[in-house]
Amino acid sequence: MALKRLSLHVLLLAGSILMLVPFAWMLSTSLKEPGDVFVYPPQWIPQPARWENYQETVTVMPFGRFYLNSVIQAVSVTVLQLLTASLAAFAFARLRFRGRDLLFLLYLGTMMIPFPVTLIPNFVIVHYLGWVDTFRALILPPAFSAFSTFLLRQYFLSIPVELDDAARVDGASSFRIWWQIIMPLSGPALATLAIFTFLGQWNSFLWPLVVTNSEKMRTLPVGLATFQGQYSIQWHLLMAGSVIAVLPILVIYLVGQKWFVRGITLTGMGGR
Amino acid sequence: MRWYRLQRAYEGYFFLAPNITGFLLFTAIPVIASFALSFFRWDLLTPPVYIGTQQFKELLFNDPQFRRVAFNTFYFTFGTVPARVVLSLLLAVALNQALRGITIYRVIYFMPVVTSLVAAALVFQWIFNGNFGILNSLLWSLGEWLHIPIHPPDWLNSTRWAMPAVMVLNLWKNVGFTMIIYLAGLQAIPQELYEAAEVDGAGGWAKFRYITLPMLSPTTFFVVIMSLIWAFQVFEEPYIMTKGGPAFATTTLVQYIYLNAFRWSRMGKAAAAAWLLFAVIFVFTWLQVRYQRLWVHYEADQ
Repeated sequence: MALKRLSLHVLLLAGSILMLVPFAWMLSTSLKEPGDVFVYPPQWIPQPARWENYQETVTVMPFGRFYLNSVIQAVSVTVLQLLTASLAAFAFARLRFRGRDLLFLLYLGTMMIPFPVTLIPNFVIVHYLGWVDTFRALILPPAFSAFSTFLLRQYFLSIPVELDDAARVDGASSFRIWWQIIMPLSGPALATLAIFTFLGQWNSFLWPLVVTNSEKMRTLPVGLATFQGQYSIQWHLLMAGSVIAVLPILVIYLVGQKWFVRGITLTGMGGR
Repeated sequence: MRWYRLQRAYEGYFFLAPNITGFLLFTAIPVIASFALSFFRWDLLTPPVYIGTQQFKELLFNDPQFRRVAFNTFYFTFGTVPARVVLSLLLAVALNQALRGITIYRVIYFMPVVTSLVAAALVFQWIFNGNFGILNSLLWSLGEWLHIPIHPPDWLNSTRWAMPAVMVLNLWKNVGFTMIIYLAGLQAIPQELYEAAEVDGAGGWAKFRYITLPMLSPTTFFVVIMSLIWAFQVFEEPYIMTKGGPAFATTTLVQYIYLNAFRWSRMGKAAAAAWLLFAVIFVFTWLQVRYQRLWVHYEADQ
């Protein structure tokens, strides 16, 4: 038993090292002198650590601006998506109206359609609305999600309907029931959805790539890709940029890791 | 009273309004528009020209590039999905044991999932660098140490090895996610089943084969379907790591759609290719659902 435990640890440890090496290599390269990047055998601990690489990175590329854009985009999409999806989910789960089931079926039907199918018409719409290279283009198209609506509807259905009835008898409006009964009771589902919507938006690439073209509208992932295009073999700078892009989300994850894991197990999946 | 009843009857639409407006504008209408678009030739500047199913025929029967990217996409999908499922299942089983430090392992294996894919692809591009990448340095050192000359490929510049390198990035990034889903599935298996099996003298393998695997099959079903859907849509990994090269060796379907629409101004052809992608995803999902009875055990059936 002890031997089995030991071998399991050895295996898991080896796997962990494989998982961590890219992060270590990223950090190590980001602190190297340009001349030390291309040496054999490679150095793991740069001597001396060159922190100026970070300064140079943010000077040649407006990472501050990319950050700001990413934060604005990810937060806005998350808030809008949660708000509109929870309202719609409430309607689907609790209210009776003509065409409800048909509309819900329409929502379900589109969930299977891959993003590339709607990509081009969405771009055309944004193009004709004159939204290309604006926050409207970054925020509005991803802000209405059939998947989030579906997920919240399922969750709302698990809340006892007697609670609504009691409130109705007391004269509460539907809006109040949504805001003061259903929403507070859906904390875990909303938190999960918020985390994964935020994460998905923070890392989203294809849509921001397509609808932005000026440097000042780039989000972090797209900015990083642009950076790669311009400094393709300056690995010390590219890796510094990658660390800048990865660090905050990793810190958030390490602090709140329980929520991430619980979220997936709760819903069975997350956004991507 | 009448106003009240009127309000009740239309209330649902009020709640639905914000979401459904966006849903219609950015999802439902685009789905229809994209389908219609696939029958037109359109460069976004001049008026679209109706050409029937010509673009579909062209893609399917007369476009060596499309054939190439379709092959690449299948190669990527069937190269990563089985590995992803097996690896994450094994990891989940290992992490489901009562071991010290299990939380730390779990945190580490999930770290790549939250990492920006663009940043991850940049590091992997650097790791797989033929001359100075850490991987080849390691292989050379290993060769020196063993006194065998090892000649590792120049991964990303080799038409043969670029795709496997892209697959490695994809696995590194996603195994942790699938692992967590499996962990949830494992924790839902009633402990009594294992206890009963132990009474009957079942060993570790027998328990895994006859309890864990069947009880996990609904999770596996979900994991396989989702992994396939995602894998068919791979884009960023090759886009950043190899730019789709060398010589189209790692260009995927979604990248081909992107190129057609946004580089070559062939909106209609891009839409047609997107529908073919959907058709592939649909067929594979449908096959899974259709034949799940053969291997997925739901508790209600037992």
